[in-house]
Amino acid sequence: MVRLITHNLLACHAKGCTSNNFPLRFENARVELREAEFNGDFLQGFLPKIEWNALVDTAKQLGDTSLPPEQPEMTDDEFLKNLHHVLMEIHVEEGVMICPNCSRNYPISNGIPNMLLADYEIA
Amino acid sequence: MIPTPDLSHLTSKDYDLVYEPAEDTFLLLDAFETQAGVLRELQPKICLEIGSGSGCVSAFLASILGPSSLYFCTDINPYACTCTRNTGTQNKVVLDCINASFAKPLMLRLRHSVDVIVFNPPYVPTLEDEAEDAQNDHDIRGSWAGGQDGMSVTNLFLQDVETLLSSKGFFFLVALKDNDIPSIQNRMLQDHGLQSKIILQRRAGREHLFILQFERVDKAIALEG
Ligand SMILES: C[S@@+](CC[C@H](N)C(=O)[O-])C[C@H]1O[C@@H](n2cnc3c(N)ncnc32)[C@H](O)[C@@H]1O
Ligand SMILES: [Zn+2]
Repeated sequence: MVRLITHNLLACHAKGCTSNNFPLRFENARVELREAEFNGDFLQGFLPKIEWNALVDTAKQLGDTSLPPEQPEMTDDEFLKNLHHVLMEIHVEEGVMICPNCSRNYPISNGIPNMLLADYEIA
Repeated sequence: MIPTPDLSHLTSKDYDLVYEPAEDTFLLLDAFETQAGVLRELQPKICLEIGSGSGCVSAFLASILGPSSLYFCTDINPYACTCTRNTGTQNKVVLDCINASFAKPLMLRLRHSVDVIVFNPPYVPTLEDEAEDAQNDHDIRGSWAGGQDGMSVTNLFLQDVETLLSSKGFFFLVALKDNDIPSIQNRMLQDHGLQSKIILQRRAGREHLFILQFERVDKAIALEG
């Protein structure tokens, strides 16, 4: 499973691809929703690490529009519930992630993203 | 005692393709058990295992630290990623698996963010070509083939540790006596400002295994001051 919390931390690392290499764009994504235990403290602690625009855009691509366009300064329960759902419960099981800069494709199959590079692509 | 993870879902067919937990694995689990207090105190948010194989180590770590951390697991062997994920499910912990070399796709976003890094690397001294082929073919030979002094693969990751490690984080490494442990410790200190100690060692057959624990020098200074 590629959860959106993981997706928010993955960047293209092909040789020479060092700017505009994040976030990877999903294509042909097959999504599965799986319930996860809510942990408000964890979410609060993780907020500073999130690239907000990337998360909101990616969620939108996958059909979830529950997050506000700007990261709120004050977090309420409803916001955290939505954030929990987007980060932890949306799983991409199949599809491709595409680098916005060099267009390198990273396939996801059976929930495992293949981020391996060929010899000649390694920086 | 913290129970060893349930691996009953893995069969000998899996172990034809993926490293079966062995003395090195269990030494690492024992080391975590001795450090359980320190690890819990750290309240990690992000743990990262390089080369997770069966997933035994990360499942154990997750059973110590609980669900308030993320557990990222990478492996070059795609079968290892599948086994790791299933081991997570079997043990009711979530292990986020990425089929990748070291932490390459995470380097940009996890800069100075990882609280616990673990690597039980391919540490067996082999011909350089053997290590290189294993790395390129992403198969089970990559579980042990370590090239010159058994350090060819490990050395590549040692370059990335400081970039990933959070200010209070720990890095745990399995090493053999033949890997020249004093040299590893010196280089990490001189080149990356990471000091280390041996937290556990054991002889298992021909192998003399060590667990090294690294942390930032500046953290120690900050705590003392
Ligand atoms: C000695 S096994 C350890 C497996 C498991 N962590 C354990 O302790 O039982 C080493 C693992 O590292 C993986 N590996 C080798 N080179 C790697 C690399 N460059 N990046 C990620 N994983 C690698 C191998 O596929 C293998 O699963
Ligand atoms: Zn790219």
